Amino acid sequence: MNWLLLLEQVLNGFQLGMLLFLLAAGLTLVFGIMDFVNLAHGSLYMMGAFFCATFSEWTNSFLFGALLTIPATFILGVVVEMVALRRLYSRNHLDQVLATFGLILFFNELVRLIWGPVGLDIALPDFLNSSVEIIPGVPYPTYRLAIIVLGLAVALLLYWIISKTRLGMLIRAGASNREMMGALGINVQLLFTLVFGLGATLAGIAGLMAGPILSVEIGMGRSIIILTFVVIVIGGIGSIKGAFIAAILVGIIDTVGRSFLPDILKLMVSSDAASTAAPAISSMLIYFMMALVLAIRPQGLFPPKGVA
Amino acid sequence: MALSTRSKINICLLVLLALVPTITTLVDDSFYTGVFSRVLILAIAAISLNLLIGFGGLVSFGQAAFMGVGAYVVGIGSFHMLEDGIDWMGNGYIQLAGSVIISVVLCLIIGTISLRTRGMYFIMITIAFSQMLYFTAVGVDIYGGDDGLSIYERSDMLGLIDLNDEDSFYYLCFISLLFVLWFFHKINHSRFGQVISGSKSNEERMLAIGFSPFKYRLAAFVISGVFAGYSGFLMANLNDFVSPDMMHWTRSCELIVMIVLGGVAGLFGPLYGALAFLLLEELLSSIPLNIAGLRVGEYWQLIFGPLLIVLVLCARNGIDGLLPGAKHDK
Amino acid sequence: MFKKLALASVIALATSSVFAGEPIKIGFVTTLSTGAGVIGQDMRDGAELALDQLDRKMGGSDVTIIYEDDGFKPEIGKQKTDKLVKKDKVDFVSGYIWSHVLMASYKKVVDNDVFLIGSNAGPSTIAGKRCHENFFSTSWQNDQNAMAMGEVLNQRGIKRLYIMAPNYAAGKNMVAGVKRTFKGEVVGQDMTKFPAQLDFSAELAKVRAAKPDALWVFYPGKHGVQFLKQYSQSKLAKDVPLYNIFTIDNLSLPRVGEWAEGSLMTQFWAPNLDTPANKRFVDGFKEKYDRYPSFYAAQSYDSMMLIDSAVRKVDGDISDKDAVRAALTEADFESVRGKINYGNNHFPIQDFYLTKVIKDSDGVYTTEIVNKVLSNHQDPYASKCKI
Repeated sequence: MNWLLLLEQVLNGFQLGMLLFLLAAGLTLVFGIMDFVNLAHGSLYMMGAFFCATFSEWTNSFLFGALLTIPATFILGVVVEMVALRRLYSRNHLDQVLATFGLILFFNELVRLIWGPVGLDIALPDFLNSSVEIIPGVPYPTYRLAIIVLGLAVALLLYWIISKTRLGMLIRAGASNREMMGALGINVQLLFTLVFGLGATLAGIAGLMAGPILSVEIGMGRSIIILTFVVIVIGGIGSIKGAFIAAILVGIIDTVGRSFLPDILKLMVSSDAASTAAPAISSMLIYFMMALVLAIRPQGLFPPKGVA
Repeated sequence: MALSTRSKINICLLVLLALVPTITTLVDDSFYTGVFSRVLILAIAAISLNLLIGFGGLVSFGQAAFMGVGAYVVGIGSFHMLEDGIDWMGNGYIQLAGSVIISVVLCLIIGTISLRTRGMYFIMITIAFSQMLYFTAVGVDIYGGDDGLSIYERSDMLGLIDLNDEDSFYYLCFISLLFVLWFFHKINHSRFGQVISGSKSNEERMLAIGFSPFKYRLAAFVISGVFAGYSGFLMANLNDFVSPDMMHWTRSCELIVMIVLGGVAGLFGPLYGALAFLLLEELLSSIPLNIAGLRVGEYWQLIFGPLLIVLVLCARNGIDGLLPGAKHDK
Repeated sequence: MFKKLALASVIALATSSVFAGEPIKIGFVTTLSTGAGVIGQDMRDGAELALDQLDRKMGGSDVTIIYEDDGFKPEIGKQKTDKLVKKDKVDFVSGYIWSHVLMASYKKVVDNDVFLIGSNAGPSTIAGKRCHENFFSTSWQNDQNAMAMGEVLNQRGIKRLYIMAPNYAAGKNMVAGVKRTFKGEVVGQDMTKFPAQLDFSAELAKVRAAKPDALWVFYPGKHGVQFLKQYSQSKLAKDVPLYNIFTIDNLSLPRVGEWAEGSLMTQFWAPNLDTPANKRFVDGFKEKYDRYPSFYAAQSYDSMMLIDSAVRKVDGDISDKDAVRAALTEADFESVRGKINYGNNHFPIQDFYLTKVIKDSDGVYTTEIVNKVLSNHQDPYASKCKI
């Protein structure tokens, strides 16, 4: 057992988990508080990446680009909510599916119109483009460490907002009992808009972080959004804490699984079959986990208080 | 028996659809026969899904995966027939039987687990199973995996129908559609159908009367899945190709969009939805307008997306709801 | 089966041009969207250059070309191919970057007696078992380049090799090709998910742990860019040198040049290959587009020239399919690689060279031929082809 390899893979898994957490945190709030199926969350992730690519180019600095992207995606989220989505909260999930599906198509085409069909690159500043020897003999890419650090920082910030501020209290209340909120006279409409905007911002941050390592292109949300759904379900719809833990779990299982499953499989079947089947099977592991959680504890591992 | 306006419109539509091969031959554009075959196949999948969604209130994202299963039965059968000379595997009837049996087994397993959940969780768990099937298809290397599997010989229907002939194939799809419409019309008006829709509105009452909604829902799940498998069988033959992408959850999403677009409450709704979905694409992409040097048609989704949103907001019951005499869903 | 062929022939005769003067219609399927769109764009540029140099006429008739985007997906490529064959009724179909797209689209073209000129993908199935007389390649068979690379690795004393490639038809062919000629030990192999997987951190960690003599990869298009970026970030270069096929090309060099300088690859062509046709091609390309062409463009250019040579040979009368086929097989034109000599499966029997990334006199990164590795090499699947 190669312990250094395992450590490196766990770190990689943690890094993926942080990206997933950023995406899941926003989405779980929207699902939990507004009972709103937002398929277009991946589009907000994509817009974050594209904004960052453009802003970075304009300001010639990745850091400034990233900083500008944050308010930009917040505004985008608020606008989308106000113009298109807010009338749909009272409608059933089907209508929400249809409308957000339409949004996905719209955003994909909008990106193609503005930025062209080919996709962009985000250049990293030199200090992020190197590696750090966290353990002698294991140089780990600095940028990936940055993602982990940022993810943890956002997690702490969210924790503070949720548990220590009034907004956070309203959010927790909304996740546990939506109807009561309205009855208590809270400006639910404003709250929903803010929550949606917050979710969009988090998605945008995930997008701008993922941009430099993955590819900034049309439809980039399609595959990561489904992992996000899995994270939310496993963690518990409406729960940030659940999203955090589930995201790390999913990230590590996916990465470590992808890494070690071929070797485990090789003990059972031929080498070639093992290397080609392994990525597919390790992808399935996560869905098994989700189905298991749904079958045994359907409210998720850490549901918000008050949810049965 | 006087026909309502809505029935007259529906019948007109069916007559027009029956004449598609004749019309396309007249205008020498047989390419469109294939387009309409695709519409009919998707309509079959959507109508059967609507038993769950519209009637039963169960939003399942698994339909595309079941379609894929039926399609892969054809693909695998054709593959072995050509590679290994196992002739009976290319036989259309055997493939159909295989598709039905496998669909029933899969639906029983998946349904039994999934139907314990409701609402958002039901959506999620159907996505989960659908992705598991997707990744199974991706993982089976010998059948192409991610690249997909080309079908070099369509299903052999033993001389009854030649699936290679475009017009014959279209008529098969059309007759299948008629059967599906009749079948689900019968179900919706049967006691079975009433239990399903009753369970959607008030589960406790159903239990009080003595029905076990779970068993009925499971049966509906299986029926829906079997017809999905059949539409997959047709789709594989139409495309001469099957790939895991057919089973991706986004494809199920498209089916759901067709249903909601067309109207969840009516029998013909999904048919209108499938027609609208595919024809809108053709229409919008051929708009001959040019704004600022850009061809509008090339960016048709820019119009189509918001159009869907507008439809959701304004036409609450889909296209079908715009027709006279429509039933309304709450 | 016979009935189908007869029917197809009748349709083909009825719809094909009977007189010279009817325009020649060509369909070109490539990837114009997604991150891989740069490849499609390059191929389009190569084809357009050829058509411009031909004054947009072949054998006296006008040429219309319709470009279609396969969106990097087999189903879409297939649908677009269907449309070209059935709705637009083209006489030739060309293009196809990706093996899996070609495999899905192939049947509809060749079975309808339309000629398919493959401008890039060269899957083993089409070279072997499912070869067809209506298919012609102006590129190569997927395994060949890899086989040349295997030879190079042996020559350079590499004994322990780690392999990374994407898990699709071409990826598997490339890996098979290298293993055919490489005599050392493959200490690790990772087939990554394609096209979804762009994050190679897990695999690069395994490479580091395995400590091979060299790492060999095949990552076309944007995957190559991402891979090189991550490879350089991982600092593996000092311990594990990188050999590659189709991972670095003239398209990606502007972005990855500094990470790639000195890298070694194998290819049937490079911009400095010394033939008259190649000079016309490279000079014309640089003048029209202000950049170096990649091999993708070179292959597409050859596709158009091949079609032109066949049309000229039949004096513009392309209704006689057998005559056109014979003319295509003859390939009587000056290709960028010299002369194309077709094997029984209509894949070229050609030379392969070791190429290197260098900086030219203007400071622009490009590839250059070092030496010839394989002469008159035929792909290993030709014997499985029944033509």
